[in-house]
Amino acid sequence: MSNMLKVKDLKVNYGGIEALKGISFDVEQGQIVTLIGANGAGKSTTLRAISGLVKTASGAINFLGRDIIPFNAQQVVAEGIALVPEGRRVFDNLTVKENLKIGAYLRKDKEEIEAGIEDIYQRFPRLKEREWQLAGTLSGGEQQMLAVGRAMMARPKLLMMDEPSLGLAPLVVKDIFAIIRELKSEGITILLIEQNANAALRCADQAYVLETGRITMSGTGEALLADQRVRDAYLGSTAR
Amino acid sequence: MNNQLTKKKIDSATILSAVIVVCLYVAVFIAEQLIAPTSMLFTVLKKGATYALVAVSMNLCNGFTGIFSLGQAGFMLLGAYTYGILTLPVAERVNVYQYYGGGLVQFTLPWFVAMLLGGLVAALFAFLIGLPVLRLKSDYLAIATLGFAEIIRAIFQWDKLGPITNGSNMLRLFPNFNDFNIRGADGQVTVYLSTLVPLLIAGACIGIIVMLINSTFGRALKAIRDDEIAAEAMGIRLASHKRLAFCISSFFAGIGGAMLAMYQSTVQAKGFTTAMTYEILLIVVIGGIGSVTGSCISSFLFVAASEWWLRFLDQKQMIGGFEVPLLRNGFRLVVFSIIIMIVVLFFRQGIMGTRELPDLFRGRRKAKGGAKS
Repeated sequence: MSNMLKVKDLKVNYGGIEALKGISFDVEQGQIVTLIGANGAGKSTTLRAISGLVKTASGAINFLGRDIIPFNAQQVVAEGIALVPEGRRVFDNLTVKENLKIGAYLRKDKEEIEAGIEDIYQRFPRLKEREWQLAGTLSGGEQQMLAVGRAMMARPKLLMMDEPSLGLAPLVVKDIFAIIRELKSEGITILLIEQNANAALRCADQAYVLETGRITMSGTGEALLADQRVRDAYLGSTAR
Repeated sequence: MNNQLTKKKIDSATILSAVIVVCLYVAVFIAEQLIAPTSMLFTVLKKGATYALVAVSMNLCNGFTGIFSLGQAGFMLLGAYTYGILTLPVAERVNVYQYYGGGLVQFTLPWFVAMLLGGLVAALFAFLIGLPVLRLKSDYLAIATLGFAEIIRAIFQWDKLGPITNGSNMLRLFPNFNDFNIRGADGQVTVYLSTLVPLLIAGACIGIIVMLINSTFGRALKAIRDDEIAAEAMGIRLASHKRLAFCISSFFAGIGGAMLAMYQSTVQAKGFTTAMTYEILLIVVIGGIGSVTGSCISSFLFVAASEWWLRFLDQKQMIGGFEVPLLRNGFRLVVFSIIIMIVVLFFRQGIMGTRELPDLFRGRRKAKGGAKS
């Protein structure tokens, strides 16, 4: 297995402030890789930089052998990277089905899009039930499913998820992580960003700890889960 | 393959809506042959059709794409002037451009070509001002477009442009709605079409906008309105989509301007004030932001109320020798404002919310979806 995504010395500035001070990490094909860290560590910025939503100051992002730094958001999606944005960001006033169709915006194969929507419905029967409902009326968990389904509609090679457990009830969080594992078993590579370090590390093959714009630790999910420093800083009472 | 997909979408509710629209057109045609052409009904229908088109075009921009533009009057002015300048018969130019030696333009185009050009000129200007302005967000964009409309109005009254625009003088004597009537050999009108044709023009344009809204492109616009960041992350290019939506909206505002010129049978830049944009905005809000049907219904209601039903408030009224107080010139606008405040307070979603005509027959989609699974 080769490295699908290689990030080297990536720097991003926000109005004079260095949000990322040169981070490097790799995502191997077929794995779940997670970045954990506190608020403001630069996790979301990393994903936005890869997605082409923010400009990078320096560094390299290599996806399947191609340098994607100069790409805009549309080209990045076309390359096969889909983002499940933080806070779900479903299109509130569009129906569930329309949301899924927007996910396939860059695809031109109309019939397969319909089939793709059916696939998503099989994976998430709840979405099928709510097909004609406006996305804004769904519960938080359902919206997260929709956000994942919408990203899947682009048929990505790499799925990036930004805090999928944010603001969801513990039981729903469990469901979401079950979905993430399932996607992995189907061969989808996942780059996961989480504040819920415990759950994220449990399902991750490879993990990185991000602190104020720098990667301070890395290792397999299990290794970091066992690391005393990680336990003290991120896991707190939950891992005791 | 495409056919199959579209066929599936056409359900009985859509057909029923289409039938209703056709019936309305037939009713207008019959009414026009029977009722005296001076009736206020036709004035309202003509102006209503014009405003409906502009309101729907504004809805495309403000309601469906989330670009809060207030430049409608400016784009209408461009359409109206383009139409007026290009359709004025050559023989009449000496009279109209009396201070400018007959003006520079010395040819005449058919009305529909001029109308189309009016739309294109408006779209061109939209493209140009969109380059800097569309980078702005919400209220800043509104102020910038408002400023554009004011500048355009001032420029068109500029004396130096007189040979083209006739300066601050009126353009007149170009073909208007009455020229759609079919006349017999003796000059008598045999078939009245002066109301039906504007309604058909507006209907055709609105039809195009509706198809646009229901296309993939339209869905992308709605996605941008709901969440720009998510839309961008889905691969939708914000700048080009917004620019295109803005240009299309302005194109139809330009056509609407040309229709307004025909309705008034005169054009003067002075008339295209900010107040006109606000009227259109009110129509959109009252009808429901994000509903084409709402914009249409409310524009006819709005025009009927302001031009016809509430007129009596402007005149002194005597009820059995008692003079009703407050009724004098301008009071109509007070009542009108109160009605609008009531609408905004109690019908926040407008008349239609985001529903369209077929949705009314469909009942609740939710129930339908639930029953199927």
